Amino acid sequence: MENWSLFSLCVLLGLTSRWAVSFHSYSGAGKPPMFGDYEAQRHWQEVTYNLPVHEWYFNTTNNDLNYWGLDYPPLTAYHSLVCAYVAKLLNPEWVELHASRGYESHSHKLFMRATVLFTDILIYIPAVLLYCFYFCDGSSKQKVATALCILLYPGLILIDYGHFQYNSVSLGLALWGILGLGLGWDLFGSLAFTLALNYKQMELYHSLPFFCYLLGKCIKQGLTGRGFFQLAKISLTVLVTFALCWMPFLSDPKQPLQVLHRLFPFGRGLFEDKVANTWCSLNVLIKIKTLLSRETQLFLSYCTHLGFCLFLRLMFFLFVFFHSMLPLLVKDGLLLPYVVTSLAFLFLSLYLLSALERSTEEELRLGIYRKLTRHWLPKLNLSRIIKWKFWFSLVAMAVLSFTSVWLEPPAKFPDLFPVLVSILSFLHFLGFIIYFNLVQLMEPQRKKSQKKTN
Amino acid sequence: TVMAAPVTNDQSWFFALALGVSFLKCLLINAYHSTDFEVHRNWLALTHSLPAAQWYYEATSEWTLDYPPLFAWFEYGLSHIARFFDKEMLVVQNLNYASPATILFQRLSVIVADVVFFYAVKECCKCLREDKGKDLLGKPSFILTVLLLWNFGLLIVDHIHFQYNGFLFGVLLLSIARHFQNRHFEGALLFSILLNLKHIYLYIAPAYGIYLLRCFCFTQSNADGSLQWRSFSVVRLVTLGTIVLSTFSVSFGPFIGQLPQVLSRLFPFKRGLCHAYWAPNIWALYNIADKNHLIVCSYYERVKFKLLDINKLPKASMTGGLVQEFQHSVLPSVSPLATLICTVLSILPALFRIWHRPNGARGFLRCLVICALGSFMFGWHVHEKAILMAILPLSLLAVESREDARIFLILSITGHYSLFPLLFTTQELPIKIFLMLLFTIFSLTSLKTLFRKGGALLNPLEATYLLGLIPLELICEFVYPLTVWQKTFPFLPLMLTSVYCALGVTYAFIRLYISLLTCSDSTKKIKTQ
Repeated sequence: MENWSLFSLCVLLGLTSRWAVSFHSYSGAGKPPMFGDYEAQRHWQEVTYNLPVHEWYFNTTNNDLNYWGLDYPPLTAYHSLVCAYVAKLLNPEWVELHASRGYESHSHKLFMRATVLFTDILIYIPAVLLYCFYFCDGSSKQKVATALCILLYPGLILIDYGHFQYNSVSLGLALWGILGLGLGWDLFGSLAFTLALNYKQMELYHSLPFFCYLLGKCIKQGLTGRGFFQLAKISLTVLVTFALCWMPFLSDPKQPLQVLHRLFPFGRGLFEDKVANTWCSLNVLIKIKTLLSRETQLFLSYCTHLGFCLFLRLMFFLFVFFHSMLPLLVKDGLLLPYVVTSLAFLFLSLYLLSALERSTEEELRLGIYRKLTRHWLPKLNLSRIIKWKFWFSLVAMAVLSFTSVWLEPPAKFPDLFPVLVSILSFLHFLGFIIYFNLVQLMEPQRKKSQKKTN
Repeated sequence: TVMAAPVTNDQSWFFALALGVSFLKCLLINAYHSTDFEVHRNWLALTHSLPAAQWYYEATSEWTLDYPPLFAWFEYGLSHIARFFDKEMLVVQNLNYASPATILFQRLSVIVADVVFFYAVKECCKCLREDKGKDLLGKPSFILTVLLLWNFGLLIVDHIHFQYNGFLFGVLLLSIARHFQNRHFEGALLFSILLNLKHIYLYIAPAYGIYLLRCFCFTQSNADGSLQWRSFSVVRLVTLGTIVLSTFSVSFGPFIGQLPQVLSRLFPFKRGLCHAYWAPNIWALYNIADKNHLIVCSYYERVKFKLLDINKLPKASMTGGLVQEFQHSVLPSVSPLATLICTVLSILPALFRIWHRPNGARGFLRCLVICALGSFMFGWHVHEKAILMAILPLSLLAVESREDARIFLILSITGHYSLFPLLFTTQELPIKIFLMLLFTIFSLTSLKTLFRKGGALLNPLEATYLLGLIPLELICEFVYPLTVWQKTFPFLPLMLTSVYCALGVTYAFIRLYISLLTCSDSTKKIKTQ
């Protein structure tokens, strides 16, 4: 079967699961007075549509910042404005100033879900397809399998189409940035990433590797000659993009300061809810990625030359991260889609791993561990240990999931299960950091030769 | 990294496909369900709460029991499990009871019952003549598995609209597979059981009857394929008869005293040539050809007096549907007897054909599809869901023969599209479009790859017709609702869909007949029973 048909089947499967998950509840559904992230997004549409730009980030009588005040950069606000125009066309009640607070209806839910789907189709999915097509090693079958795994990753699906957020926009734009850099289109890559940054400030975690990579590239080309020129072009692109995004806020010096104050609220605690609220969970993940990137400046080339087996290891890592979101998702009433999508993802990854790659020690890049442990534990069968550890992790996660949902925690420790989930996830993360870093540090030669062939 | 050869054993892909589609079905648990959901809940309630003697008399709900007794026993069995989910759903008076636990239980029961379908598909894959392919995606068994397990029509009718067709088609396909494997007694038993589960399969009973009589009761044929009268085996006939009769007696036995009542429930007298939404068959074309503005007006009148609530238009069960008078002005009116005669006439040539020159199990299957399609084309008060009875068995033929693949593509794409009005809610719109595209792209590309030798599978006219479904969908679901006419003639998109699809279905029917009547040459190679 041709490539285009296989890829389109992957996309359609991804889209179907996304929309099917959207049938379920969203965060804060039917829970006045604050509701949840869904109401926050609706409120931003209301604010951006009805109020002038200079009032969006300020506490005024019309704009109560305590009730889901805008705390994302301007691009999110513009996106909300566009959605608000469409909402106004369909049903003005949805964005009525003040009167639409806590508005909930079936048709409104459909509209909001549709906006997520629209941006997903426009930004994230094409980026994933291009990434898999151009940057994945292996046969076309492996590329399609990679695309399917990425598109069916339950974390993004449940947060965007269940809980309700627009992560696909910022992640998609960041991915376009990576694509641009990988294809050698530095300006385009910088532009895309700057837009991602202006959509969600959390992309700052990814900005360091971008910056280091581009700086390194320019230095290589010679800071006095072409390199300097290139650096200037990139800087100009970034600055102009920032200026365009922040233009309405540059008239008055108080404006950008207030926006920054909203984006980085150092006054508030960031970990208000120890049960992994979305920010916390994403924060942990991004911290891991930051650590990874700080270790080496080849972070991007690492990203673009992911061997398929390593990719599946990464998928397991992401799956563990997804498991840590369980308490949040249960709170939103998304238990069923959580169970179904995580099982589906797990089985798909396992099936593809066994179908498309032999799971030998070499594939698992266990050579490094071998070298390390040969002295101390010569009789160790490392691959079997890894397999056992893998199954043990799965069982532990399943047990924790079951207990979190169905058992009552003891009265002395009411948050026992969420904390256990966090601890288990953290242990996994630690293991993965060590694993990935070892892989990176111990195989620079292989990556250099691969980079030349692309 | 070096690309290693696939190490999985041959069956893991089947398991992966089955598991994958089950996950998808689980995600659809919260989707829209039609009145058929309440129908089955009511049947769970009445089989659980009432003694068997009253099952066919119970009429608290409008959705009376209109399936044969074995299905009632099936619901009775399910009701014992339902107890653990929500006892309230088993109370007959709880009309339209749909708690989350009820929905979960009913949906899961359909998903679990599909295991029968999985097994049947596996057996069918074993019956394929050759199963070689360059890679997994090109193997006929793989393609057949996807075409059946991931069939669009089955997914949306069973797991959104809500019915138990997967389970029933599983029994049908298993019966067909048994005939392919020359285990005719089992095949006959399975078919008798099927008839006692849902009597709509009477449509294809003639095919079974003629085939078993011709190819099984007459144990040998002459060299040229004609009948050898002397080889008649009374033993086989009697055994078959015993199997059928004993199945029917086990099923209807407890109800022997109330047989007229049961039959009246199973075959309700009903006026109405067409269902509220016209199935894309001959009568849809007939109605249009009549150029009778009275039909249009009668529809309009009903809308005006809310007799035809548009939201209830696609009625679920066989007893659903509204009384409608179709007064044709130019062409003669059609009565139930006329449709019966037309149906019989339409399938008679096929039956003669397999009597005269049977083509083994494949000829039987082709005849079965023709019987299903003929009854669909000319039947009285046909539901559009009945098209699945033709599409699913045809999949078996489609992966083996080029001409069948082409007919299958036209029939399945048109037939599946005609099911769109069943899911009329906005929420399900993306799902039905995505799933339809999924199935269509897969069937088109995989069959094209399978039969790539010999040019294009579809000729330009057929391709244009199928592509025409896209503008049709855009007009009916996106453009038309925004126009002024939506309020005055809300049925127009449905009529358009029926008529357009009727053309495709009729074309497929004709081509199928031609392929049956002209496949004489291959009979000599294939041994008959």
